[in-house]
Amino acid sequence: MTDRRSLEAGTQPPLLYPPYRSTVKRAPAQPLIRIPERYTALAVPLYGYLPIGETDNDLTRQHAAEPLGERIIVSGRVLDEDGRAVPHTLVEVWQCNAAGRYRHRWDNHPAPLDPNFSGAGRTVTDANGRYEFVTIKPGAYPWGNHDNAWRPAHIHFSLFGYSLATRLVTQMYFPNDPLCAYDPMYQSVPDERARLRLVSSFDLARTRPGWALGYRFDIVLRGGHSTPFEGRV
Amino acid sequence: MSDHDAVLVASPSQTVGPFFHVGPGNSDRLGRMAAADVPGEHIQLRVRVVDGDGVAVADALIELWQADAGGTYPQAPPEGMPLPPFSGFGRLGTNDEGWCTFDTVRPGGRGAGDLREAAHIAVCVFARGLLRHLYTRIYFEGDPMLSADPLLSLVPQDRRTTLLASRLHDGTWEFIVRLQGDRETVFFDL
Repeated sequence: MTDRRSLEAGTQPPLLYPPYRSTVKRAPAQPLIRIPERYTALAVPLYGYLPIGETDNDLTRQHAAEPLGERIIVSGRVLDEDGRAVPHTLVEVWQCNAAGRYRHRWDNHPAPLDPNFSGAGRTVTDANGRYEFVTIKPGAYPWGNHDNAWRPAHIHFSLFGYSLATRLVTQMYFPNDPLCAYDPMYQSVPDERARLRLVSSFDLARTRPGWALGYRFDIVLRGGHSTPFEGRV
Repeated sequence: MSDHDAVLVASPSQTVGPFFHVGPGNSDRLGRMAAADVPGEHIQLRVRVVDGDGVAVADALIELWQADAGGTYPQAPPEGMPLPPFSGFGRLGTNDEGWCTFDTVRPGGRGAGDLREAAHIAVCVFARGLLRHLYTRIYFEGDPMLSADPLLSLVPQDRRTTLLASRLHDGTWEFIVRLQGDRETVFFDL
């Protein structure tokens, strides 16, 4: 069992990627120093102080009324590189509203805020590594990276997995979004198979008739795990 | 068989972006890591993040993972039992000047023999402009164990001080994360 399996070249973004301008002054210039595995067997932290609330995985039920926008169900599994489920691990999401606006003091995109949408959710995977969120489809929004720059619609995901080495923050995109071709964050991942990991797929089986479209998004954490995980978040 | 036969491609990291306060950065509670009854030396730890121009990074998310004062990482209790009072996990967003302040206990050293490590706190740094998060460690200036720490010995001598928190006159500990440039902080590859 290891969380420290080296990731295949090109499947993760580089730290310096000048098309994404903010990397230029923030990417370390010195090489990273490799820590031998025996020093970092640091298990998943106890992270149970903020209990999961009843509506934490339903971003459409956190206010007095429903948010505006296209209601969607985002679900999938959290797996390791051997395809084994990662159970009982915390999954956090955050996103902008259907108009492309975050509930954030720095977001000055002239699109309306939605009083019924905060844009944050959390859940824990079940014994089979499954998770599910109900939310609304986020909008695309402009940003200042380059002329006429637009972020493709996306949902931010944060996961812990088994240890310090499996910590992952990533983003989920939607299928066939033409903006991905122009997005430096998406394009920063050299390997096409890895890039496609970031794209959810339409999921008719999880689409609830008369109510909401389903999207499937599986997340693969680093490492392989031959023994069952007994911990908790 | 190589590591990459028949394995799934891992999901790529993507930046946390500037708007994480909506989600993982939306609570100050995770900055108060140790309630008054947690054993050990209670400390205030101020962490600042600056970029390659020395400019404050006002949109960084700092996570700390640490052992308790006895050098033990808190463990999950059996199902149904209460969590221990100290989780060892902290998380805060930086403010407009690039700072965030944790209330915690000074961790104990860990391990034995050749694996004996000086007291330290593992740090994950997330920010807009970081396509992958960065790992570093906070050690404590003046700790007599520093010279024997096996990990510090992997770091070139002239860069080791970038991993040291310093103690201010008022007793507060301070640690500066310099992402790039002069006195760039040492970051690790796990």
